[in-house]
Amino acid sequence: MNDFIDVRRVFTHVEHIHHEFGPPADTPLVRGAIAAVLRNPYAGAYHADILPMMEALNPLGVDLAKQLCDAMGVTPQHIQGYGKGAIVGAAGELEHGALWHVPGGYAMRELLGWKGERAAYTQGGGGDKPSGQPGNALAIVSSTKKVGPPGAALDVPMTHINASYVRSHFDAIEMRVPGAPRADEIIVILAMSTGARVHARVGGLKAQDISQWNGLR
Amino acid sequence: MKANIRKIIVQLDEIHQDGGQSVSPPTRRALAMAVIANPYAGRFSDSLEELIDIGEELGGLLGERCVQALGIAPDLAQSYGKAAIVGEGGELEHAAAILHPKLGAPLRKAVSKGAALVPSAKKQGTLGTAVDVPLGHKDAAFVRSHFDAMEARVADAPRANEIVVAVVVTDSGRPHPRIGGLQIQEIVGQDGLR
Repeated sequence: MNDFIDVRRVFTHVEHIHHEFGPPADTPLVRGAIAAVLRNPYAGAYHADILPMMEALNPLGVDLAKQLCDAMGVTPQHIQGYGKGAIVGAAGELEHGALWHVPGGYAMRELLGWKGERAAYTQGGGGDKPSGQPGNALAIVSSTKKVGPPGAALDVPMTHINASYVRSHFDAIEMRVPGAPRADEIIVILAMSTGARVHARVGGLKAQDISQWNGLR
Repeated sequence: MKANIRKIIVQLDEIHQDGGQSVSPPTRRALAMAVIANPYAGRFSDSLEELIDIGEELGGLLGERCVQALGIAPDLAQSYGKAAIVGEGGELEHAAAILHPKLGAPLRKAVSKGAALVPSAKKQGTLGTAVDVPLGHKDAAFVRSHFDAMEARVADAPRANEIVVAVVVTDSGRPHPRIGGLQIQEIVGQDGLR
């Protein structure tokens, strides 16, 4: 840890969804989110230069991504959806939450990103022969943020990791840490899922039809 | 499986620092919740056998999920608690049927021993209703450092015909206990109280 990253609390949330009053899934959908409650070094005053903290968040992000995947009980190859968010305590500003955009995305790509042979990857290996798909974690990591009181809930948006337009993977997971953020804290959040909504059936681009590998379609 | 489970949620809360003082090792509380269909929703039944059996099933399942989330051997668990939130189509007695007759034995097995009463709370509620699960030391209810609570809440449950069942297991007490009382090293562990 460094001057900027002072972790006060780590809160992990994992859900196994068996059904939503429809046919039970053969394999439950696993969704999870992890929140780190940090001291906000910029709380209470306006600071023109806040970029040093952005860089400092990178190792924490990677660590959180790994912890979340472990808590979900799956390997990175099983992650199909992702999102991120931040809740800033009352003595901070929304811009402090925006510091999480780059390191949160970096964390996801460090864990899930891969450039190599697709079939080998899905079997848990790497490989080095691209076959149409140039890599993984191609899509922008959808996000949201707010300033809120202790216990504030954030609906963290989630989308498919390789193509933002995959309709079955549009989702959101509500995350809140009881008692946090205090006024001088920031909560940074990562979210992941292993698949589509449990009874997805509204058409649109399907994950198996991703073809452009541009992060969108 | 007796219970019709819609979803299972597990949360782990690690406190590394409180009051400006570091907590080492961090205190850790694990919460496991099951969202289940209430077989008696919308009707009065003298017998609540189905819920009593569901309580037995969930005591083991949720207790084990908590211990698994903590990543500890069962005998390293320190405190526990349980709670239920009944949707509008059910009665408070339905929560009692789940929590009190049979849930405790398999939960105690999951945490090994468990001489003390399992502290509990119940309420009726709707989607997103929170219940504070009371916590006490599993072998000696008078241990003051382990009186605590953990908030349990499911954003989309309970629907009217559902019940949220929650179990909490910890491997620690409060972050910086300093109000005296019976200490963990003084536990006898026979009568469940001291």
